[in-house]
Amino acid sequence: MATTNGKVVYMDNNATTQVAPEVIEAMMPYLTEAYGNPSSMHTFGGVVGDVIELSRRKVADLLGAEPEEVTFTSCGTESDSTAILSALRTYPEKRHVVTTRVEHPAVKSLCENLETVTGHKYKVTRLKVDSEGMLDLSEYEAALTDDTAIVSVMWANNETGVVYPVEEMARMARQRDILFHTDAVQAVGKIPMNLKELDIDFLSLSGHKLHAPKGVGVLYIKRGTLFVPFLTGGHQEIGRRGGTENVASIVALGRACELAGEKMDEENGRVKMLRDKLEKGLLSRVPRSMLNGHETSRLPNTANISFEYVEGEAILLHMNQYKICASSGSACTSGSLEPSHVLRAMGVPFTAAHGSIRFSLSVYNTEEEIDFVLEKMPAIIESLRKMSPFWKG
Amino acid sequence: MHKNKVTDWLVSRLHFIVQVLLSACDKNIIIIIFNREFCMWEYTDKVQQHFLNPKNVGEVEKASGTGDVGSLACGDALKLTLKINDDDIITEAKFKTFGCASAIASSSVLTEMVIGMSVDQAAQVTNEDIADALGGLPKEKMHCSVMGREALEAALADYRGLVLPMAEGEVVCECFGVTDLEVIRVIKESHLRSVEEITNFTKAGGGCGKCEDKLREILHTTVNSKTELPVFSSKPKRMTALQKIKKIEEVLERVIRPGLREDDGDIELIDVDGDFVTVSLRGACKSCHKSQTTIKEYVEKQLRELVLESLIVEEEN
Repeated sequence: MATTNGKVVYMDNNATTQVAPEVIEAMMPYLTEAYGNPSSMHTFGGVVGDVIELSRRKVADLLGAEPEEVTFTSCGTESDSTAILSALRTYPEKRHVVTTRVEHPAVKSLCENLETVTGHKYKVTRLKVDSEGMLDLSEYEAALTDDTAIVSVMWANNETGVVYPVEEMARMARQRDILFHTDAVQAVGKIPMNLKELDIDFLSLSGHKLHAPKGVGVLYIKRGTLFVPFLTGGHQEIGRRGGTENVASIVALGRACELAGEKMDEENGRVKMLRDKLEKGLLSRVPRSMLNGHETSRLPNTANISFEYVEGEAILLHMNQYKICASSGSACTSGSLEPSHVLRAMGVPFTAAHGSIRFSLSVYNTEEEIDFVLEKMPAIIESLRKMSPFWKG
Repeated sequence: MHKNKVTDWLVSRLHFIVQVLLSACDKNIIIIIFNREFCMWEYTDKVQQHFLNPKNVGEVEKASGTGDVGSLACGDALKLTLKINDDDIITEAKFKTFGCASAIASSSVLTEMVIGMSVDQAAQVTNEDIADALGGLPKEKMHCSVMGREALEAALADYRGLVLPMAEGEVVCECFGVTDLEVIRVIKESHLRSVEEITNFTKAGGGCGKCEDKLREILHTTVNSKTELPVFSSKPKRMTALQKIKKIEEVLERVIRPGLREDDGDIELIDVDGDFVTVSLRGACKSCHKSQTTIKEYVEKQLRELVLESLIVEEEN
């Protein structure tokens, strides 16, 4: 029998990750003795200013970018809003935004607000996805117009892990002189990037998705891209983002990016292998289960699996009994009454959308944990199906 | 600012603050934290017990009454089957539920509650009773208790060979197929005072949100018909409470009573509360086992036709 010695089996890394011990160690001095304000003239502040620049370089290295292209923010959501609103302010005569139907709420809600709050001053085109969650590039090409100010397409989807061809899409936007933003919160650290060679103008990342703490993010702004700040105030971040720097978290993010670079191969090797084992094991052991998302164009750590005729929250609470942590796209766990907009956009039938479970791994997961989950899941699903009026055995 | 004022301000903005926080976080994938104490819906021990070890799962063989409510699309569904003996006592109750923990727990506790009850007693079970039996439900989950009551009503109606009046209303929320009559009923029964509460109890308005204005109108109309409650600026109703009562009296006298008197029966108007009309059957009708049929098929039909389409007629207990 597989055992985890009563420890928590954490497979919800697309929601947030454990802060790496190395990261905590790196940030600690800036929460204790090195409390200076980097804007101060004295050495005490100056030292702190230096570590921020060092951190900026580490982030830039992971992205294949220049340090001055990296602006620290408070989170991925702030980075997303900053990028899109900057583009609209840069080109006030342009009133059109292209995005997808499967964006994270950070972009999705902003786009909805652009339509409704402004009294439909802006028009938003939301690209469709197919049943595997993939975009149609000819639909994308047709959506680009002279009125389009910015395109915002996520690099990888948080729910299904589906990876989008943002390199190609950014190139197509550049040909039409349209700015391109990508929410790469899920992709950074899992997909190697070299932004120097790409036509991506803005990229958002979030610290807590790659083993740094919550409350720190980055907006990459390509050199030469016109920019209007979202938060104004002090001259921090060369005037691109006012507000005293979150020094400890910025240091933490730098260290986390360094580690992510080192572990990129492990992420795409060992973690991917564990994910594949989990996925294949569940699909073969549980009847009427299916994978949501593209089989290959996908993050190495994510498996979104639907168990038909049972409901996600009930599954999660049973998993909770074994201290297995994952999440669901079911209505009951969504904070609304409808299942995930991503699964609905993919046309996943209701029989399956309500019973979807997302397993998202990290380098901290072990093979024992995978075996443990594979052992527990079939019985959980079976017990709930016995109770379901729709399950015909 | 004085400390209390700060607190007041924070409390008054709490809803807004929570909304901002919610929209900022990953709305569609919320983590269930591993410790029970921190579970997102803060289920009571009773809910957890009934969820993890549900009672009376399955289907009663040769059921006397079956209630099938909800659907896969809606995210929860309940099939309740009852065995009722010749003395109108529920001897067996079983359920099959597709849904979240609170839906399963509500179904399980409901079966425990109704076993041993007479049909008339069971008809009195409210959604609040179900929630209370579980030691309470999170407000976002109250619709699970409403689903329990609806299934029970449907099963009892099936046993009595009646058609449920609720389903006959006009569909307000197309996403979840909720009728105006169902909305009005929970507003009254659970004293709801906001559209958000209506969504928590019935799911209406929880999908595309297009029916929000309609729900607000129904809420205002329903609340206003109870007169003493705070005045909302709503559209004038088609009929005031007084006009309604007068008209109902008139129809009872002119149309319904003559019909009942032919069978040595009579009827008395007890109360009119919004669209709920309570009557009492007298004389021969009183002991007639078909009194429910008389009320629904005859009295209610006439009142709906001649007074107001949305009226619901019930017999005094």
